[in-house]
Amino acid sequence: MAELIVNGRALQIDESRLDPHTTVLDFLRERGLVGTKEGCAEGECGACAVALVREDHAQRTAYIPVNSCLTLLGSVLGGELISVEGVRPSPDALHPVQTAMVERGGSQCGYCTPGFVVSMFSEYYRRDRPAWDPEAIAGNLCRCTGYRPIRDAMRDLGAPASDDRFLARLAQPTPILAGLTQLRTHAGQTPGQRQLLRPASLDELLDQLAEHPQAKLIAGGTDVVVEINQRHARWPTLISLEAVAELRSFTIDGETARIGAALSLSALEHHLDHAIPLLAELFPLFSSRLIRNRATLGGNLANASPIGDSPPVLLALDASLELRSRAGQRVVPLAAFFTGYRQTVLEPGELITHVHVPVRRPTHAHFYKVSKRVLDDISTVAAAFALELDEASGEITRARLAYGGVAATPARALDAERALIGRTWTRETVASVAALVTAAFTPMSDHRGSADYRVAMCARLLEKFFHETTDNRRIGPQPPPVVAHHGAQP
Amino acid sequence: MTSVGRAIPHESAPGHASGEARYTDDLLDRFANALHAWPVLSPHAHATVVSINAGVAASMPGVVKILTSQDVPGQNEVGAVHHDEPLFPTEIQFHNQPVAWVLAETLDAAREAAAAVVVEYEQLPAIITMEQAIAAGSFLTEPLTIIAGAPQQALTTAPQTLSGELHIGGQEHFYLETQAAIAAWDEAGEVVVHSSTQHPTETQIIVARVLGIPRNRVTCQSLRMGGAFGGKEVQANPYAAIAAVGAHATGRPVRVRLDRQLDMALTGKRHPFLARFDVGHDDDGRILAMDLQLYSDGGWSHDLSKAIMFRALFHCDNCYRIPNLRVVGRVLRTHKTSQTAFRGFGGPQGMVAIEDIVDRVARAVGRPPHEVRALNFYREGDHTHYGQLVRDAGRIEQIWNSLTQTSDFANRWAATEAFNAASTHEKRGLAITPVRFGISFTTSFLNQAGALVLVYADGSIQVNHGGTEMGQGLHTKMLQIAADALGVPLEVVRLMPTRTDKVPNTSATAASSGSDLNGAAVEHACAQIRERLAEVAGRELGIPPDDLEFAGGRVRPFWQRDDPTAGLSFAELVGRAYLQRVALFATGYYRTPHIHYNEATGRGKPFHYFTYGAAVTEVQVDGFTGQFEIRRVDILHDVGDSISPLVDMGQIEGGFMQGLGWLTSEQLVWSDDGRLATRGASTYKLPTLGECPEAFNVELLPMATEPSVVKGSKAVGEPPLMLAISVREALRAAVAGFGQQGAIELACPSTPEAVYWAIEAARERAAERAAAE
Repeated sequence: MAELIVNGRALQIDESRLDPHTTVLDFLRERGLVGTKEGCAEGECGACAVALVREDHAQRTAYIPVNSCLTLLGSVLGGELISVEGVRPSPDALHPVQTAMVERGGSQCGYCTPGFVVSMFSEYYRRDRPAWDPEAIAGNLCRCTGYRPIRDAMRDLGAPASDDRFLARLAQPTPILAGLTQLRTHAGQTPGQRQLLRPASLDELLDQLAEHPQAKLIAGGTDVVVEINQRHARWPTLISLEAVAELRSFTIDGETARIGAALSLSALEHHLDHAIPLLAELFPLFSSRLIRNRATLGGNLANASPIGDSPPVLLALDASLELRSRAGQRVVPLAAFFTGYRQTVLEPGELITHVHVPVRRPTHAHFYKVSKRVLDDISTVAAAFALELDEASGEITRARLAYGGVAATPARALDAERALIGRTWTRETVASVAALVTAAFTPMSDHRGSADYRVAMCARLLEKFFHETTDNRRIGPQPPPVVAHHGAQP
Repeated sequence: MTSVGRAIPHESAPGHASGEARYTDDLLDRFANALHAWPVLSPHAHATVVSINAGVAASMPGVVKILTSQDVPGQNEVGAVHHDEPLFPTEIQFHNQPVAWVLAETLDAAREAAAAVVVEYEQLPAIITMEQAIAAGSFLTEPLTIIAGAPQQALTTAPQTLSGELHIGGQEHFYLETQAAIAAWDEAGEVVVHSSTQHPTETQIIVARVLGIPRNRVTCQSLRMGGAFGGKEVQANPYAAIAAVGAHATGRPVRVRLDRQLDMALTGKRHPFLARFDVGHDDDGRILAMDLQLYSDGGWSHDLSKAIMFRALFHCDNCYRIPNLRVVGRVLRTHKTSQTAFRGFGGPQGMVAIEDIVDRVARAVGRPPHEVRALNFYREGDHTHYGQLVRDAGRIEQIWNSLTQTSDFANRWAATEAFNAASTHEKRGLAITPVRFGISFTTSFLNQAGALVLVYADGSIQVNHGGTEMGQGLHTKMLQIAADALGVPLEVVRLMPTRTDKVPNTSATAASSGSDLNGAAVEHACAQIRERLAEVAGRELGIPPDDLEFAGGRVRPFWQRDDPTAGLSFAELVGRAYLQRVALFATGYYRTPHIHYNEATGRGKPFHYFTYGAAVTEVQVDGFTGQFEIRRVDILHDVGDSISPLVDMGQIEGGFMQGLGWLTSEQLVWSDDGRLATRGASTYKLPTLGECPEAFNVELLPMATEPSVVKGSKAVGEPPLMLAISVREALRAAVAGFGQQGAIELACPSTPEAVYWAIEAARERAAERAAAE
């Protein structure tokens, strides 16, 4: 039997009766907690948001809102969460967040409302909150209101009272996630055993991986669980990285940031605190807060999507990856990591443990993402540019032009990079390499954009980069500035 | 204090915010032993079903039944208007059309078994695009035509003419709650269907039809919907029918719930349109003649496509007097989902076309588009092309003038021009567009509604009516009307879930008509009860009933209205009325007067009245990528006397944002073989908070009483969606800022890519012009 604390009550769960692919959302609804809704089953709409009661980056208890549709039950068993039913303090009173939503007209059909309430609830108790982070509700879709009253409801909120019991909970430690084995005999079309393993250390993880080299690794689950929900993908063995502390480490010195592959992007955002400006530009454009609270660099790189958002930035920064298996350890430059469409150099039984990012300060660097929507969208084209100029001569000494969405893998425009070396950063220089950038890629047409548009963007984004670096002003719609998430007591 | 006119929250808002408000699929745990359903999907857009082999699937663990046409006891037919939609098809008409349904103990088992059902198909050629359908002569309707004046002649004599073509994209409803139904046999041997439907009566009709039983053995309940927007007006029916057939075949409750991917793949959308036009105008920009050809992509079956096309024909004038006009609309048949009702119901497509045209006229004569729009406005006394008087036409100009003032339009126009002159890579656009929308079902007989009001002897009240709650606040307004009609506080009135055993033969909650129709029926029912109670109170208090006032939960002489103890409390009065054997319940009924339309002549008065509004939008466009932001929106909108201002503001803002999504980021993409490529939230992009403008100023038109509607109010559901056309026109203005003279061709929806190509065209023309000079 395993235990999960939901809304302050410990639920006993016979984990052997549950398929390891069961999500927190399905589990809650089966237990009658139907306030949590499924709107999309791919982490886009936030109607299923629940607040994990977890340690934040600084090992303090925090409410961390996540999409329960993308969170496997096996990843959180032994832990604690709050669903919308737990937000209401008593049967005859609403929580201030709920009152604000009611009075402002923040609900119409009401189906998205529980998710907004959980997102706002988590934001309400965020430590060191200087102001309301608009991103707190940017991962929640509403089809009725047009958002204005919800935005107003959030801005209206004050701070929690000192005797607030949810505040009191934050003063207490969180349950510690131990190792877990969830095993179930499956009787469907492909009978056999399905299991979820949750190792408690890197050592245990490497053993399990050696024993099950074909196992599917789950870090944040924000991509794998989409496959589970939508394509009904099922694996005999899932390995959750949830309890492996080594994979959540973060160290930085004058030269390199060493980032645990399973560290959430929100925690990474906090640790880095703008130390690497190009990464700071990436975060607000990377999906939504609800996703970044779970998503990891390791996951984003290992799934090797050509339209992942982090690879262009990490390519521009010359990042490298620390890979481990029972056979040993190696470090691979990211530029050599992707071998084809959704293919990498990872061997069976091997995983990314850390991402090494040089702490460079290029003279000029920006990240660009072209998509149908500014926030919470998948790129049509993404680009990260970094230039180092010789201070005296103004000549370009190092150039990185990295793109996503224009080839089978994220890739750099190497010919153009070479052509830039030794040149000065002028309009003429940009014009002279534009053709090389365009020639470097043969993108496809799909529902996100035509091949012609993608080709055009390869050069246009470089022009835009030139314009912005020389004019010192950003062009076009900007995401709201990043506000550091889950921190200290208010 | 009266309830009507107060800005109160949605009646279910505390339930929404606490998660306690239930929706259809949340009722699942009330049905022990319920079976879960999953469809077997066709991999082809057009094919004949040769055979279905369910042998392996049927023997899989947990599988209880594979439903096929053999299991339908009544008619295998769920078409709402035309009988052209088999529940279990022998000929596949769109990609992923369900061939059979698996019922199993768990959803997982049903899903796994559905993948194991072996279906043999004979593939047939499919018509996917509108151009393919036109070329193949694949139509669902005859050409529908309205002619006013002598358009052909006027086109030949007009000083200037222009022609063009515009594709207008469709739109996925993306109600947050996907299609859901649960059917079960009850203790009386009848079927109870819980359905997330806008039209419980029609769901009841279809369920009775497939089961082959009379309608009095089917009860349909629509508890509340997590959004609908037209997408559950008829398209909830097949899933209720599957649940009912499944319950019939197994004797167990059956639950059907589409997940998002299925919902997007299987259900209809807003119709994509193709508009082709020839327009004649004078040198000032006055439109003298228009010949407009509209095609809509109806998909595989009729659904409501014909009525939707008619509403497009009725709205292709928007606010403009076009003395010589011919509009011809025809619905195309393609092998895609059957496109259906969606907020605006064809009106938005007609209006996008005319606003596109007016902007072209303005650029042809070299005047600002807002001047040419105002030049062409209807004036008092004008009639539409179908012969209806444009009542309150003066409101178009009134709203326009007021909004240009409050939005500081003139100064911002100058500022925008100055910005564009100084900026090379970013341009701004400012546009104002009007809206005039006709209110009534254009199928006249649908304009009727019923209510049932029950007063219990303790003074508590239940209100039933035929309308459904989908978030639009209908139940809130009905509570307000009932509370005021009986002079009681809102707290003593309960609004009941919509059920077909309370009010029969109802119309869909659609066409923005919900509160007009049902509100009048509720008021009618309450008035009868109040009249009976007044007689009792008159006798008890010894005064004429006419001198009584029902207010604040008391009934007293009107001259004692400020005395809190005068007269009788409502509960006391009801108690006495019961002892005196007075009926404490009543039915109410309403039918909209004086509406009619003759399809053959293209003349009539299809609408009870018109609502008006206008919006000003300012955008800024990035010339490198085509990405843009909305800098400011100002709206002035006519809702008559608002029954519920918080609700109405929500409808206006929400409608605008939904229209914004339709016209910008929401792009439906079908592959060449008819597969919907955008079938999830990650590929189909609704507006998020990031698209909501920081400066978003919305006002209701003051002193706008509509005398012919309950409480002097006006319908509000659909019209605000079309305010978002100002966004599209602002984008075109910004594109023009890149140097274009003449017509601005901007694809619809205007994604960043569409805007980018429009900018590229503008830059090319400007470069050609510069080279020529």
